Amino acid sequence: MSVIPAEQLMDKRVHYLNESYGVKSWLFTKDHKRIGLLYLASITFMFFIGGAAAVLMRLHLIEPQGALVEPETYNKLFTMHGVIMVFFFLIPSIPAVLGNFLVPMMIGARDLAFPKLNLLSWYLYMAGALLTLSAIIAGGVDTGWTFYTPYSSVYANTHVMAVAIGVFINGFSSILTGLNFVVTIHKMRAPGLTWFRLPLFIWAMYATSIIFLLGTPVLAITLVLLGLERLLHVGIFDPKLGGDPLLFQHLFWFYSHPAVYIMILPGMGVVSEIIACFSRKRIFGYGLVAFSSMSIAAISFLVWGHHMFVTGQSIYAGLIFSALSFMVAIPSAIKVFNWTATLYRGSISYDAPMLYALGFIGLFTMGGLTGMFLASLATDVHLNGTYFIVAHFHYIMVGGAVMAYLGGIHFWWPKISGRMYSDGWARFAAFVIFIGFNLTFFPQFMLGYLGMPRRYAFYPAEFQVLNVMSTAGASILGIGYLIPLVYLAYSLRYGPVAPANPWGARGLEWRTSSPPVTENFEETPIVTAEAYAYDEGREPLA
Amino acid sequence: MPEAPLHAAAPATGHAPAYAAAHGIAAHAHQFDDPGQQHEAGNLGMWVFLATEVMFFGGLFAGYSVYRSLYLTAFEAGSRLLDVRLGAANTAVLIGSSLTMALAVRSAQLGRRKALVLFLLLTMVLGSVFLGVKGYEYYHKFENHLVPGIDFIYDQPNAPQVELFLCFYFFMTALHAVHMIIGIGILGTLAFMGWRGRFSPGYYSPVEVSGLYWHFVDIVWIFLFPLLYLIGGRY
Ligand SMILES: [Cu+2]
Repeated sequence: MSVIPAEQLMDKRVHYLNESYGVKSWLFTKDHKRIGLLYLASITFMFFIGGAAAVLMRLHLIEPQGALVEPETYNKLFTMHGVIMVFFFLIPSIPAVLGNFLVPMMIGARDLAFPKLNLLSWYLYMAGALLTLSAIIAGGVDTGWTFYTPYSSVYANTHVMAVAIGVFINGFSSILTGLNFVVTIHKMRAPGLTWFRLPLFIWAMYATSIIFLLGTPVLAITLVLLGLERLLHVGIFDPKLGGDPLLFQHLFWFYSHPAVYIMILPGMGVVSEIIACFSRKRIFGYGLVAFSSMSIAAISFLVWGHHMFVTGQSIYAGLIFSALSFMVAIPSAIKVFNWTATLYRGSISYDAPMLYALGFIGLFTMGGLTGMFLASLATDVHLNGTYFIVAHFHYIMVGGAVMAYLGGIHFWWPKISGRMYSDGWARFAAFVIFIGFNLTFFPQFMLGYLGMPRRYAFYPAEFQVLNVMSTAGASILGIGYLIPLVYLAYSLRYGPVAPANPWGARGLEWRTSSPPVTENFEETPIVTAEAYAYDEGREPLA
Repeated sequence: MPEAPLHAAAPATGHAPAYAAAHGIAAHAHQFDDPGQQHEAGNLGMWVFLATEVMFFGGLFAGYSVYRSLYLTAFEAGSRLLDVRLGAANTAVLIGSSLTMALAVRSAQLGRRKALVLFLLLTMVLGSVFLGVKGYEYYHKFENHLVPGIDFIYDQPNAPQVELFLCFYFFMTALHAVHMIIGIGILGTLAFMGWRGRFSPGYYSPVEVSGLYWHFVDIVWIFLFPLLYLIGGRY
């Protein structure tokens, strides 16, 4: 399938990685692939910082009275974990790394529509990340990642402003990425690449971009209002001065619920690609899977009130938000059923990316179904504010989004780096992560059901067994995340050279060499079929 | 969303930007196939950006609406503290600037260099007049101790709620003014480029796209004016 036989030319061939060298050639690059790699390095760094905070929290909770840190420090740890993981890892993860790398290639374009804006978005990300990290080093913030008023306006220390500004700046990085994707997907598709021939990953990126574009500005303005309230002591959210703290929550969740879909929709796109490739089948119900991405994005803007069932919002608002939240289950279930139907009678191979994708389906289903408990008004009153919520969203965000992210990294690593990693180690890591994840978070469902509240530095002694299990799982999970770091780095130097299309996949990105040339294709491809034309049976490895 | 018109004049092949500019021929960046695609991408990019701006201001409008429905009388009292004549004059000035902006775009399309520069400069002047009037209004509020959080003295009923209104007044108009200042900066750059002959009937995207931005900023004011100045029920 490859345009040029990469493996023969590998040593002498000029591609995007060896086209120029030196720090400058990276810091001033406008190549979407290199910018993707800049993001990869930076979000990996942030992931391990956020992960370290999580490990410290779990170690602390190994004893009922707390084993490690003061309660104030514990508050700062979970805030730091939440802020870093949500804003600086999960939200940019798949869009900014894989999306940047793949969107132009999947549609047969030479680059994104606005390469300079793309580079700017990375700098904005870095500025936001560095500001946030410096605020954490300077003393940390203890408001929780949600910055609820009046914690954040009246009671918190001054570093809350630095973190809010960091998140604000980072928001513009998301907006620019979304803008670039929307314009690129609309205007720069290769000849013959109609909307319904697009890979499902592109549909997912498109839906995600819409949320970036319409949600992020609302978070930005909310943080500005919060900043004004702190600076000028005016009462926008302060009831003593005529304001309403619930308005903050409404505005915050208007962004932050859709943000959950910023995290999961790209993962669904990745999984659609992997499942089709390793089942050697056309994806079942292509149109439905594509539309379900769009409808998830649309509904996501109408459900934010389910975070506020116990805040005293009107019961009618609660009922409507509950019903709308249940509606999200429909497109989500469509996806899960379609993936399952794709597997049915496929000729399945269990390479490492496939293991991550299958792990995603199972864990996402768990996370989604437990979400139904929380969307029901009556059960939510019991479960709200407990570890049940913590477990639920970690099944979506870690079991779902991070598994898909890792699956995607493994799937496209040969394309990105031009090297193959050790499949044995990769499968081993997938198992370790799966087991570690479930051992960490399944006990938290039980803890939450039994009534253990989240965000406390200590707990009643009868919860200790489940907490110790969870801590043990977190240790395994932590090691699981370190393994890919080692063998992927190792493969860069010692891995076998990757062919253009190691998996026999059908997307356009596999029709160019590995790693691709700077403008992606030797000549613009002409598309005559959709991205899942697997029906002729498995291609021999290129 | 309106599709950008394609230009018959635009040649299909790429030219180096400097050469193209010197000869008034459309150029395009390497990632695009032709100038028409680049023009469309730029236009769509601006429309998408304006959608994010709608949401950005939308958060503020939502907050305003919530408090206005909660504290109707206080918001009316707050509105009466504003000078409706100055607000109305400014509205006229801004609408006029939208006209000159539209004429600037048209001049660029027709390749009338002098008219382009003239209309861009006129738009900048009108924008500056608007900002001057706005600045005078702010100054007036300072003199009357009506600046929330900094210097606020108000002895009528519902003082905290009136302060909240003025808080929204200052913040919304200031955010709008920041957009105006950015717009004037962009127009200045365009005027300079236009004067140097960088635009032609085959290449005028930057003027058109900046025009979209300018009209958007005007439209925001068209919503701000009644919501802030006219709700006092004086007339
Ligand atoms: Cu939610």
